[in-house]
Amino acid sequence: MTPLQIFILLFVAAGGTGVVLTRDPASQAIVVSFYGFLLSILFFVFQAPDVALSQIVVGAVALPLMILLALARVKKQQREHDKSR
Amino acid sequence: MTRAARKILFLISALLLACVFWLGYSQMQPAGFVSGEYGDRVNQLVVPQRHITDAVTAVNFDIRGFDTLGEEFILFTSVMGVVLLMRWRKEPLRGDHEDKAEDRRVPPPSDAVRVTSVLLVPATVLFGVYMVTHGQLTPGGGFQGGVILATAPLLLYLAGTFGQFHEVAPLRMVAFAEAVGAATYIFIGGACLALGGTFLQNLLPLGQVGSLTSGGIVPLIDLGVGLEVSGGIVLALLAFLEELVEEKEE
Amino acid sequence: MNFLPYLVSAWLFLIGLYGVVTSRNLVHLCICVGVIQSSSYVLLLAIGYRIGRPAPIFIDIKPGTPAVDPVVQALILTDIVVEVTVMALLLALAVQIHKRNGTLDPNLLHAMKG
Repeated sequence: MTPLQIFILLFVAAGGTGVVLTRDPASQAIVVSFYGFLLSILFFVFQAPDVALSQIVVGAVALPLMILLALARVKKQQREHDKSR
Repeated sequence: MTRAARKILFLISALLLACVFWLGYSQMQPAGFVSGEYGDRVNQLVVPQRHITDAVTAVNFDIRGFDTLGEEFILFTSVMGVVLLMRWRKEPLRGDHEDKAEDRRVPPPSDAVRVTSVLLVPATVLFGVYMVTHGQLTPGGGFQGGVILATAPLLLYLAGTFGQFHEVAPLRMVAFAEAVGAATYIFIGGACLALGGTFLQNLLPLGQVGSLTSGGIVPLIDLGVGLEVSGGIVLALLAFLEELVEEKEE
Repeated sequence: MNFLPYLVSAWLFLIGLYGVVTSRNLVHLCICVGVIQSSSYVLLLAIGYRIGRPAPIFIDIKPGTPAVDPVVQALILTDIVVEVTVMALLLALAVQIHKRNGTLDPNLLHAMKG
C-alpha cells in the first residue's frame, strides 16, 4: 500500500465520522458533498476510474441536490402546519 | 427506553458486530493480494473476444448484462416511488408556474450565475453525450453519462425561471424518454432472442477494436441506459419541485 | 497495513449505524444510511485491488497485461447510481411522514396504530 492510499483511507474514515456527527441536515448536505469527493479520490487512487467518475457526479451533485430539495419542502410544510394550528 | 439506555445497548451490539467483522477479516487474504480467477480471465478475453477496450463496461453490459437490467429497473422503480409519493397536485404542472418562498421575495438569479450556466450548459451536454457514446472505449458508459446529462436542465433551472426549465424538460417528455430508455434494454434482449440466440447475447457484428461501433449491442444498450438514467433523475427532481412553485397571478 | 481498507469499511459501517440509532432528524438518518452504503463500496474495492497493476482499460496499454479486477468495479458502479435514487425514495418517505405528523424527530413519532 503506497502512503497516498493509506492517507486517503484515513481521510475517508474521518470524513464518514464527520458526516454522521453533523446533526443539522442543511450543513450535512455540504459535508456529504465533500465526503463524496474524498471517496472519488479513493476510487481513483485504487485504479478504478469508472467508479470515480460515477461517484463524482452522483455524490457531489445529485445527492446534495435531493437533500436540499427535501429540506425546502419540509420547511414549507412546517410553515403550513404552524399556520393551521 | 431512554436515550442513554439505547446508546448503551447499541455500544454492546456494536462491539459484538466488531468481533464478527474481525473473525471474518482474519480469514481473508490481505487487500491487494486477493486471488480472483474470474477477473483475470475477463481481462484476458475482453479485447480479443468482444472487441471492447473498457473491461468494466464489457462486464456491465455484455458479460453480466442481465444483472445490469435488474439494477436499471431498481432505479426505474424507485423513481416511480418518488413520483407516486410526492405528487398530490390535482392539475398537472404547467410552464406558467413560478418559484415561491413564503417569507421572502425570491431573488432573481445573479448575472454571474447566468453567464456561468450559459457557458456550462453546452459543455455539460457535450460531455454527457461523449461519456454515453464512448462507454465501450474509455471510462464512462450509460450510467455516468446519464447523470451528467441530467445536470444540464438543472443548471438551466438554477440560472433561469421555472418556466424556462419547464420549456426544456416538460414532464410528459421526460417521462416518455425514461420509459423509452428502459424499454430499449428489453427490446434489444428480445431481438437477440428472436434472432435465434439467448436473451442479451451479443449477436451484432463486433466491429474494429477502438472504433465507436465496436462491441456489438453495447453502444445501443449504452444509449438506452443513458436516456433512462437522465430521464429518471430529472423526473425525481420535478417531483420534488412540484409543491415549491405556484400559479403566476395574472 | 494491508488490512486497513477492511478496517476502514468496518468503521464506516459502525459509525453509520451509530448515526442511524441516535438520530434526531429523519433527513440526517437517511444520509447516515448513505454512509453505510459507502462502507460496502470500500470493501468491494479492496477485494478487487491488486498491488502494482493498472486500471482495466486497454485502450492505451497492451491488451492482455494483468490488470485490476473489473467485475467488482462493475458492481460498485451501478450501485452508486442506484444509491441516489433509493435515497430520493427515502427522502420522499421522510417528507410524507413530516406532512402527516408535523415533526421530523423519530423519537416523537407515535407507534403505528393498528
